[in-house]
Amino acid sequence: MTATTLEKVRPELVRGRGGGGPASTRTVVAYGFWIFILSDITMFSALFAAYAVLSDRTAGGPTASEVINLRHVFIETMCLLASSYTCGLGALSAERRQPDRYLVYSVLTFVLGAAFLLIEIADFADMARMGAGPSRSAFLSAFWALVGMHGAHVTSGLLWLVYMVAQVLAKGLLPHVLRRQLCFSLFWHALDIIWVGVLTVVYLMGAR
Amino acid sequence: MLGKLSWSAIPFDQPLPLYAMGVVGLVILAVLGIIARKGWWPYLWSEWLTSVDHKRIGVMYFILGLVMLIRGYSDAIMMRSQQAIAIGGAEGYLPPDHYNQIFSSHGTIMIFFVAMPFVIGLMNFVVPLQLGVRDVAFPVLNSVSFWLTASGALLINVSLVIGNFARTGWMCYPPLSELAFSQDVGVDYYLWLLLISGIGTLLAGINMVTTILKLRAPGMTYFRMPVFCWSALVSSILIVVAFPVLTATFVMLLLDRHLGAHFFTNDAGGNMMMYVNLFWAWGHPEVYILILPAFGIFSEVIATFSGKPLFSYHSMVYALLAICVLSFMVWLHHFFTMGASADVNAFFGIMSMIIGVPTGVKVFNWLFTMFRGRLVFRTPVLFSLGFIVTFVIGGMTGVLLAVPPIDFVLHNSVFLVAHFHNVIIGGVVFGAMAGYNYWFPKAFGFTLSEGWGKASFWCWIIGFYLAFTPLYVLGLMGMTRRLQHIADPTWRPLLLVAELGAIVIFLAILCQAMQLYVSIRTRESRRDVTGDPWNGRTLEWSTSSPPPAYNFAVLPRVETIDAFSEMKRRGVRAAVQSAYEKIEMPRNSPLAFVIAFFAVVAGFALIWQMWWLAILGLLAILVMVMVFGWSEDRQHEISAAEMARMERARLARGRPA
Repeated sequence: MTATTLEKVRPELVRGRGGGGPASTRTVVAYGFWIFILSDITMFSALFAAYAVLSDRTAGGPTASEVINLRHVFIETMCLLASSYTCGLGALSAERRQPDRYLVYSVLTFVLGAAFLLIEIADFADMARMGAGPSRSAFLSAFWALVGMHGAHVTSGLLWLVYMVAQVLAKGLLPHVLRRQLCFSLFWHALDIIWVGVLTVVYLMGAR
Repeated sequence: MLGKLSWSAIPFDQPLPLYAMGVVGLVILAVLGIIARKGWWPYLWSEWLTSVDHKRIGVMYFILGLVMLIRGYSDAIMMRSQQAIAIGGAEGYLPPDHYNQIFSSHGTIMIFFVAMPFVIGLMNFVVPLQLGVRDVAFPVLNSVSFWLTASGALLINVSLVIGNFARTGWMCYPPLSELAFSQDVGVDYYLWLLLISGIGTLLAGINMVTTILKLRAPGMTYFRMPVFCWSALVSSILIVVAFPVLTATFVMLLLDRHLGAHFFTNDAGGNMMMYVNLFWAWGHPEVYILILPAFGIFSEVIATFSGKPLFSYHSMVYALLAICVLSFMVWLHHFFTMGASADVNAFFGIMSMIIGVPTGVKVFNWLFTMFRGRLVFRTPVLFSLGFIVTFVIGGMTGVLLAVPPIDFVLHNSVFLVAHFHNVIIGGVVFGAMAGYNYWFPKAFGFTLSEGWGKASFWCWIIGFYLAFTPLYVLGLMGMTRRLQHIADPTWRPLLLVAELGAIVIFLAILCQAMQLYVSIRTRESRRDVTGDPWNGRTLEWSTSSPPPAYNFAVLPRVETIDAFSEMKRRGVRAAVQSAYEKIEMPRNSPLAFVIAFFAVVAGFALIWQMWWLAILGLLAILVMVMVFGWSEDRQHEISAAEMARMERARLARGRPA
């Protein structure tokens, strides 16, 4: 399809690529936020690298297989993956201007995210009790930093979700609210992607 | 309550920094007083401090860079003088502790608060104008970026009088920067203030990438973008990918220092070389973040003043993209002596030489652009020519250092110091100065004095060679960097030459100040009424100087590279249109200034471990962001009639081509 016919059939694809001038606000906002997520993933990549370097530096302290509870991690993973699904359904309901459905799915997303977080916090508390805190060894420093940074992201995601729902309740699904909701769902899905990395590198590879 | 802060934090026993800060404090008070007396505060607040106009933010970035250049230069001249005096039996005037802080703050300031603001400021000012649009993608975020950078700059100056700065060098390597060996707040200043300004830089990068990829005038496809926009795009991509690594690294070092973690410690399995690797995984792309926009500036300047299109535009773009990728594959050449195997060192040595190839392509493109052109020797051109010669020399010493066996001999010597000053002064600073002279009339509506500009150029280049050629020689003679005292008296003559060079660079800065002063005084005779003082080729010259807040009343239609040249060739002229459309412009916002205020408070509290105040400061920022995040009315509309009135007034004043 040549550029001119594309411009006629799908003008939104050509805008922003030079064909038709500046892109729409929705595209610009989502795109900018997407770039931010990429930068966030780069930040995580440094923590992953540190974990890879330090994962066997246990300094006589507990090893990965000793501190990992795979049963908990399985439940955590299921919660987070399911929350991504409900978040997606919420985003679709928002786009279809169905505030009631959006509300239900957002509550589900929050509950699943909070369940993930509570299990993680409980596991961290257990580790601290058994003397596996971040200052015990280089491995544990990297473990706490990587998993904890993801947990901090989930926490801020939950706060953002509350704030988002409050905006929808107060103002309804206006275009600018929808743009922010789009950014939130991008963020929430990105946390899932990072968790898959954490699950693989920290938990599955560590439990061997 | 006050954490680690007490009266002992203020160095009453060291008169030098106190006097220095006393003078600076008086100057600041005097400036604030004059502003208050003249009643300029409301203007300053509503038109500059809260502005979200990319042009004003760009100008403020550049001013920040100029102010911090003076601070960084003061550090430099103090080090040069100490090394020129403290030879043999003489002790010099700077005690080791103070001297170590000075070389650390010199590097930190020059990279983060001089070079970066210059580069980001010019990108901010120029890119939307060259793309033919009205602002960046996120104007309020843009002002947040600037004010967070300014917060970092403020905190590094606070460290002069309250507490102290790191003595670790600007890279802050562990284990020296760990709590066990740096117990006071010096390293905490370094880490927290760079985290704050680093967030600002990251946001600026995201903003710029989105702007260039998503906001361009109709018809401006990628391969019709000016080369400066390409260089800004590549540089911003590097910011987005590299700066988060620095943030993560600093967070790890902070965890080591404050929570007893063991990322980089000697004991409990820590790996200090991991810090060095991570630091340079950011640090090497960083040098390209700085130099690529300078390459873009030289491309614009040389094409404009040669009166020709840039030679081989496409190879220029591909060279930029190649450098973007390669810059992530050479970081290990900063520490060949780490103890990696010969194979690893050989790989990174070869990669470092390969990255010289696209740079060489660019040099030849500039030369061929000038070839058979009619080069006009204005100040920006002199800086560009000085750059080509100087940068090629710096590049060749870089290739020398990229050979691992040579690096084993020269590492940590002043040969290395000479090399990176060669590329940073000869590349980034000359680029910033070329850009400053080139775009100043666009920003303020009058040209800068040529005489003082040329004087400044000659002082810069002569001063540079006088200051750094001796360091190449001394490095080969075995002088290591960061010496507070020099044992070998035979090095004295060369050190005195270097000192003279530093003084000549001071003359260059003075000439620049004079240039600005004289140009402002004679601005009426140097008005740029056409908006196109240099017969420019790109869209920023198609609007008036200074441009209206909205840049372009009607977005230009782009059909070729060098869009404005093409318009002039076809005789398209801006004129009062019969009808205008209403446009929307972002509203000014105090958000960024207030966030930056609380960032300074929170940063200071974190440095001094006043946890309650830190939490309050961070909460205040969160509340500000939430209040802003709730708002919807961030644009104001300019009606068609208002546009027509403003355009008529603007076009009556000058006659843009």
